[in-house]
Amino acid sequence: MSRVPWAPIALVAALLVPAAGSRFYTFLANDVVIWALFATSLNLLVGYSGLVSFGHAAYFGIGAYATGLLMKKAALPFLLAFPAAGVLAGAFALIFGFFCVRLTRIYFAMLTLAFAQIVWAICFKWNELTGGEQGMPDIPYPDLAVMGRLPLVGALRVSDHYYLLSVLLVGLCLWLLRRIVRSPFGRLLTTIRENPERAEFIGVNVRRYELAAFVLAGAFAGLAGGLFGIFNRGVFPDFAYWTKSSEVLIMTLLGGMGTFYGPTVGALALILLNQQITSYTEYWPFVLGSILVALLFGFPGGLAGAAVALWARTLGRLRSA
Amino acid sequence: MLEVRDLTKSFDGFVAVSGVTFGVPRGAISAIIGPNGAGKTTLFNLITGHLRPDRGHVTLNGRDVTRVAPHDLCRLGVGRSFQRTNIFPRLTVFENVQAAFICHRGGGWNLLAAGDGVYRDETAALLESVGLAGRAGEVAGFLSHGGQKQLELGLALALEPEILLLDEPTAGMSAAETHDSIRLIERIARERGLTLLFTEHDMEVVFSIAQRLTVLHQGRVIADGAPDEVRRDAEVRRVYLGERH
Repeated sequence: MSRVPWAPIALVAALLVPAAGSRFYTFLANDVVIWALFATSLNLLVGYSGLVSFGHAAYFGIGAYATGLLMKKAALPFLLAFPAAGVLAGAFALIFGFFCVRLTRIYFAMLTLAFAQIVWAICFKWNELTGGEQGMPDIPYPDLAVMGRLPLVGALRVSDHYYLLSVLLVGLCLWLLRRIVRSPFGRLLTTIRENPERAEFIGVNVRRYELAAFVLAGAFAGLAGGLFGIFNRGVFPDFAYWTKSSEVLIMTLLGGMGTFYGPTVGALALILLNQQITSYTEYWPFVLGSILVALLFGFPGGLAGAAVALWARTLGRLRSA
Repeated sequence: MLEVRDLTKSFDGFVAVSGVTFGVPRGAISAIIGPNGAGKTTLFNLITGHLRPDRGHVTLNGRDVTRVAPHDLCRLGVGRSFQRTNIFPRLTVFENVQAAFICHRGGGWNLLAAGDGVYRDETAALLESVGLAGRAGEVAGFLSHGGQKQLELGLALALEPEILLLDEPTAGMSAAETHDSIRLIERIARERGLTLLFTEHDMEVVFSIAQRLTVLHQGRVIADGAPDEVRRDAEVRRVYLGERH
């Protein structure tokens, strides 16, 4: 799997989507790209640290409101409002995570859910700040006049420019996350996933490392939320609702939490499936449920895990032939 | 170098360890023996901070370490292996030991360096010395039972301990494996000048390498001293050796 440069290929392919000229496909691709970052940030917890969070949407929502408020009400440029989403979501993850990592397994999951519901309730009720139930429509696009002056991309629509910006920023974030999971820090996270009691006795301060992972995951989820609010042209309380948390968890499982790009594959698969199947039947959740059941029993490594296994087998057969 | 004084722990009224006092001199190989349920593992868990004692003290080189958390204690020079094999099963053999080096020598908060290259030579050398040189790339959970015990010893040694606590190092091993692993442990202890404290149920193993014995029975110390004295001790013969022979 390592000799084919999949990541650069995927990046180039993603950048070429607007060239097809379809507003709809660029829209779908933008959705996929942002959810890919959101799901990958969750996988830092689920796949690498062994912490199942049921409330990851909280940080997505906080990031979306942060960028939205700063750009719409404070008229700050995107260049400041976007990193602010990561910082603010990371700060909340630090506060909530401080309590969550003191619990384990199902109690950890329940507490993450509880904090997320608190965030949702605040977004839902605090009318003066968040617009309450009505949300906050008309988030402006970032000023991308620079792109208008570039050759090739200059003639594209504003939404296409924003898509290209999303691809580049998500690409940068994924690259950072990939470095993190491959660093010595990432190695110690995997020891916690494998065996927290033993990790403690090689000297890992388990809670502190878990908290660091929680903050990082929250910060990157916040960045994804910041991008999503602009993409969606509005920020709404359901960004932080538990159904969003479960959606991102399903993506991670569907794509495969055992591989770095699994959640990205999961985001692509879930959004395309949703798109395709809803055009045939209104029973989309039924179809999705069936697919998930088949996958969990047949390919516990998810789509990406199955693809890696298939690829390894094909290579092996080619070599022996 | 390790002193245990009046250590006591009970679970829901059941007294697992009661007023245990003994010392481990620097450089010695000491063993704790006793029938199943005598409190050996509980005693280890109390010493290493996995459990909190109801009463009593543990001192290491004169410093009170009674309530020191496990991750801090292993920085103070205490290494430990567990009775039920305790490794990181889905990481490779190399990654297991490398993680221990990262913890011990630092670098765990480095988020951006490439993880594969750190402490590569140290890890290779240590795997060599515990007899796992050719198996670095294997997934740890797929090693044989004996191999996993060797790996666990490697994990403990990566922390460069002064004193090593081994909980039933030969549990579940065949006679040949037991022999090999005892020789391995003895050689490593000698080479590194380690102080060793282990629990064991196999009397042959105990009398072949231990210089000091502490006998535990129903949570209490009933004898403590050189192997020959302990072997002659009337109460030990009655409650323990007598039961077996």
